[in-house]
Amino acid sequence: MATIKATMPGVFYRRPSPEAEPYVKEGGGFAAGQTIALIEVMKTFNEVRADTSGTLVRFLLEDGDEVAMGQDIVEVDAA
Amino acid sequence: MSPLRRVLVANRGEIALRVVRACHESGIEAVAAYSDADRDARWVRLADDAVHLGGSPAAKSYLDAGAVLRAARESGADAVHPGYGFLSENAGFARRVEQAGLAFVGAPPDVIDTMGDKAAARRTARQAGVPVVPGSGPVRDVDEARAAAADIGYPLLVKAAAGGGGRGIRPVADPGQLADVLPTAQAEATASFGDGTVYLERVIERARHIEVQVLADAYGNVVHAYERDCSVQRRRQKLIEEAPAPDLDAGTRSAICAEAVRLAAHVGYRGAGTVEFLLAENGSFFFMEMNTRIQVEHPVTECVTGLDLVAEQLRVAGGEPLSVAQDAIALDGAAVELRLNAEDPENGFLPAPGEMTAFDLPGGPGVRVDTGFAAGDRISPFYDSMIAKLICTGADRPQALARARQALAELRITGVPTTAGLHARLLADDDLRKGAVHTGWLEEWAAG
Repeated sequence: MATIKATMPGVFYRRPSPEAEPYVKEGGGFAAGQTIALIEVMKTFNEVRADTSGTLVRFLLEDGDEVAMGQDIVEVDAA
Repeated sequence: MSPLRRVLVANRGEIALRVVRACHESGIEAVAAYSDADRDARWVRLADDAVHLGGSPAAKSYLDAGAVLRAARESGADAVHPGYGFLSENAGFARRVEQAGLAFVGAPPDVIDTMGDKAAARRTARQAGVPVVPGSGPVRDVDEARAAAADIGYPLLVKAAAGGGGRGIRPVADPGQLADVLPTAQAEATASFGDGTVYLERVIERARHIEVQVLADAYGNVVHAYERDCSVQRRRQKLIEEAPAPDLDAGTRSAICAEAVRLAAHVGYRGAGTVEFLLAENGSFFFMEMNTRIQVEHPVTECVTGLDLVAEQLRVAGGEPLSVAQDAIALDGAAVELRLNAEDPENGFLPAPGEMTAFDLPGGPGVRVDTGFAAGDRISPFYDSMIAKLICTGADRPQALARARQALAELRITGVPTTAGLHARLLADDDLRKGAVHTGWLEEWAAG
């Protein structure tokens, strides 16, 4: 099982806005380069993109959780 | 002694410390409200008491109205000072504070409502007879926007009615772009502010950003404390602010200040507020928006008028009249404020949280540093990037700028990149020294 790690510290979000659908649902697939989450750092929003395509197994954080640099944020099955 | 006895400071960083100090000088107890990340912060230590709000993300602490109200009740406060940002311009929060029987150290909730909606604020300014930037009312779709834009002319801006802090604004160069930009701007406004209302405004090119500080009490007294020039901006985020505005002729100064007072009186303003204008190259000026709170750049006004704006806020919130009349407020000297942010100007102004290993502050005559931090503090990723404000005053503008250059040379911050080096280069620039800047100047300068 592989993971995607946070590239910066901040606040973690799975969706582009509080009312929107998540970028990717648990069990859903994603393509290389696709945005899978946001990290807010100092009031700027940064997209977390997948390096490769695969399936998203589960998120390791809830929306609005603090995230540290290098922390695992999601478990994936690489395609 | 102030009628207020104990104030909850519902903010963080330099403004929290600024309010703590003003409370103490006014004979009022100050209670800090803090998040997990700010548990050991300097302003928390300097307050008389402290209440924990919640987790580090702002949504779980400083933006959580319920948590702030609970903290106010638990701490025995009789007033809440919201600082700037966070809940400072949230009318619903202000109402809940008042309904809880506490004083809100800010504008009346109904005025926050009116002036917080930028489209409504433009309408109100027009009703008050204040000139506004040519533009539209709310536009619902591309057809409506095209029709309105034909009257206004291009280039123009699509602006979120609920926007603030430079967010929710998109430029449009021609009718073709409007179809692309409008739906995106509406979606962005909904996502950012919970309100998708947008309107159009003409771009006033090479304009200066001039804003007027106003103060008002509950007895019908409305005064201005002259203007600030905040034209040095990047993506509509201010970086350098000055008072008074360089080379502003006396006639324009008196006209722009009078319009600001007229608007504040028209809306029944109370407290400290700022009326923002664009000053065009031909000398005409237009109302942009009103900020119903104390602002980041308020110290430059304090330096050239001798007023303590936060102390006046506390007086008015306690039901007292303003301490000064208009004819007692005079301009003396010049002041400049440089914002020191934990950002990397060499790398697209990338926000850079981290630990400040060294933080050596400058001193000397005319040098004031407002900061909530001390050496060894962690600059958190959860809040904005401002570390400190360096405010320098002189008998005239050249002396204020010379002191700012010397202060930057004395300043040492290590551990995080900052905008200090950028400020040193800007202060050496001929245009800036001459005051020949406009709101697009910094981005042109940076593009080389």
